[in-house]
Amino acid sequence: MTDQTSLEHGGAVDEDRRNFIHIATGAAAFGGAAMFAWVAVDQWNPAADTKAASALDVDISKVPLGSEIRVLIGGKPFFIRHRTPAEISMAETVNVASLRDPQTDDERLHPMPNGELNRAILITSGSCTHLGCVPVGPAQGNTGDFGGWYCPCHGSHYDTSGRIRKGPAPRNLPVPNYRYVSDSVVNISL
Amino acid sequence: MSGHESSYTPTNAFTRWLDTRLPIIRFAQDTAINFPTPKNLNYWWTFGGILAVCLATQIITGVILAMHYEASVDGAFASVERIMRDVPYGWLLRYIHANGASMFFLAVYIHMFRGLYYGSYKAPREILWILGCVIYLLMMGTAFLGYMLPWGQMSYHGSNVITGLFGAIPLIGESIQTWLMGGPSIGNQTLQRFFSLHYLLPFMIAAVVILHVWALHVPGNNNPTGVEVQDVEKETVPFHPYYTVKDAFAIVIFLIMFAVFVFYAPNVLGHADNYVEANPLVTPAHIVPEWYLLPFYAILRAITFDLGPIPAKLLGVLFMFAAIAVLFILPWLDTSKVKSMRYRPVAKQFFFGFVATCLLLGWCGAANPDDAVIKALQGEPKLVVSYTENEVEVTSEYKGGGEAYHDAKSFMDSLPADANPSLSAVPAPTFQFRHLSLILTFCYFGFFVVLFFIGLTEKPKEVPESIHKSVLKRHKASTATAIPAE
Repeated sequence: MTDQTSLEHGGAVDEDRRNFIHIATGAAAFGGAAMFAWVAVDQWNPAADTKAASALDVDISKVPLGSEIRVLIGGKPFFIRHRTPAEISMAETVNVASLRDPQTDDERLHPMPNGELNRAILITSGSCTHLGCVPVGPAQGNTGDFGGWYCPCHGSHYDTSGRIRKGPAPRNLPVPNYRYVSDSVVNISL
Repeated sequence: MSGHESSYTPTNAFTRWLDTRLPIIRFAQDTAINFPTPKNLNYWWTFGGILAVCLATQIITGVILAMHYEASVDGAFASVERIMRDVPYGWLLRYIHANGASMFFLAVYIHMFRGLYYGSYKAPREILWILGCVIYLLMMGTAFLGYMLPWGQMSYHGSNVITGLFGAIPLIGESIQTWLMGGPSIGNQTLQRFFSLHYLLPFMIAAVVILHVWALHVPGNNNPTGVEVQDVEKETVPFHPYYTVKDAFAIVIFLIMFAVFVFYAPNVLGHADNYVEANPLVTPAHIVPEWYLLPFYAILRAITFDLGPIPAKLLGVLFMFAAIAVLFILPWLDTSKVKSMRYRPVAKQFFFGFVATCLLLGWCGAANPDDAVIKALQGEPKLVVSYTENEVEVTSEYKGGGEAYHDAKSFMDSLPADANPSLSAVPAPTFQFRHLSLILTFCYFGFFVVLFFIGLTEKPKEVPESIHKSVLKRHKASTATAIPAE
């Protein structure tokens, strides 16, 4: 091919011009492919409506003492637990330095509008930090060795502050972003 | 054999005309009819044909099921039940498809172990082996995606565990996980993309299968002796009818076993939990993947310790992926020049050990990691009362049946109120599945290391000069033993 064309042009092929055309064509094709790849990848990210459905107001006055309610926000489970005084004192008397993910109970609570902590209500994520199973709790009749939650998948035990105490999970049950809208309503967001 | 000369001669005017335009009959003749195939292939070589049947079965039943399936979190579970109850023969199509996945993996594992035993991954067949590994990887991806579609409890929570694996990657893990799920959790958007990909991947498998067959037809088949064909005339037979018939016979036997599952035990390989609709708030007590992924699941869970800066969770994920990745580099890990394990007395022992390791890993993957491997050796559990005395945590242990409980209880009552006593049952230390999994994980990877070193030191048995001589020798040996019986 090359020989033929160069013959037709009397041997005078402008190599620079030809290279420029090759590179420009290649660059346009690559640029177009890259721009489409961006679209193809980004369309998998959360859509606007999915992102919008990521907060919920929850009435905490209905949570029975010593038990919990579970809510789904954007498909993710959250625990809202009404702790008994005994459970609160269990959470507070632990030697924090001995924990795998050291956090005091107070660090895991957010203040009410008047600035005080509502120690009776504990709000945590409902996904085990090991592989994302939903631990069982008081309503299912198993609170694990430390009175909080037990993950039946791989045996992680959480205490009454949602902190990891035993088993494979690396971290405490995360505390979500939430704020007290009033004394009895919290707004939880992802 | 590559470049074996085309023996096709068009016989009439039409085929002559066609041959100069689209030589498709010539292609079929050369690849599937006259293709010279070693004459000593045994029944382990029929699994390639069986796998082609499996892929076709999955694609045909899958395309039909997609006509009735609804990829939405509200409709998926109900649409599967509708297929089972209302769609004419829907139950049959779905049972074929669901059990077909298991049959596909059963056949692919036998096919892979065959390749391993007879050294089919060695030069000049490295690319052939790697393409096979790509197919296997695509199969696992397809199976995982497909298992999510019925939107049962195991579908949902199994996918949660697997997408959660990506969250273990440092720094970018969480954004990758969100990207995969298309939201904060597995939802409608995830189901739709998984369905789309589950439909796509089998066709990608089919495409790689074409490359796999192409790569097979360049060097030709390996054979039980591992000695390459030297004399096409003496040592090969045409693929048709010799191997088309042999493969067809094996396929029929395989399909009979397949049909036994479909008609008599269609759910025995599945999990009852998957007939409960997905509920994000309730995790099944025991999440396990389908049987064919269990060995890798066992490796994932075997790692429960941190290694320097690498946390246990990430390490488990790395080991699981490494278990698959190591197959890709196998051609360069095995240093022996002898292909077939028939002539490798030491490596052969390790091969059977490796097969046992894989099966035992599967057993571990199905078990609860905290359970005792041998129940009889499990000692009695003890009751432990933990309480605080002078701000220090103290424990007190009780053994024995009901009495121990009463003793522990009365001890707890005798403690002062600020002691905060709590009671727990602690099982006696025993050999648990997590320990066995760790040992087997070590064996799994150890096999590949051992292959490297054995190849350097092992003294192989005498390899036959040629396929032809090997066949003659076997024939003589069998007639020699037959004589005294007469």
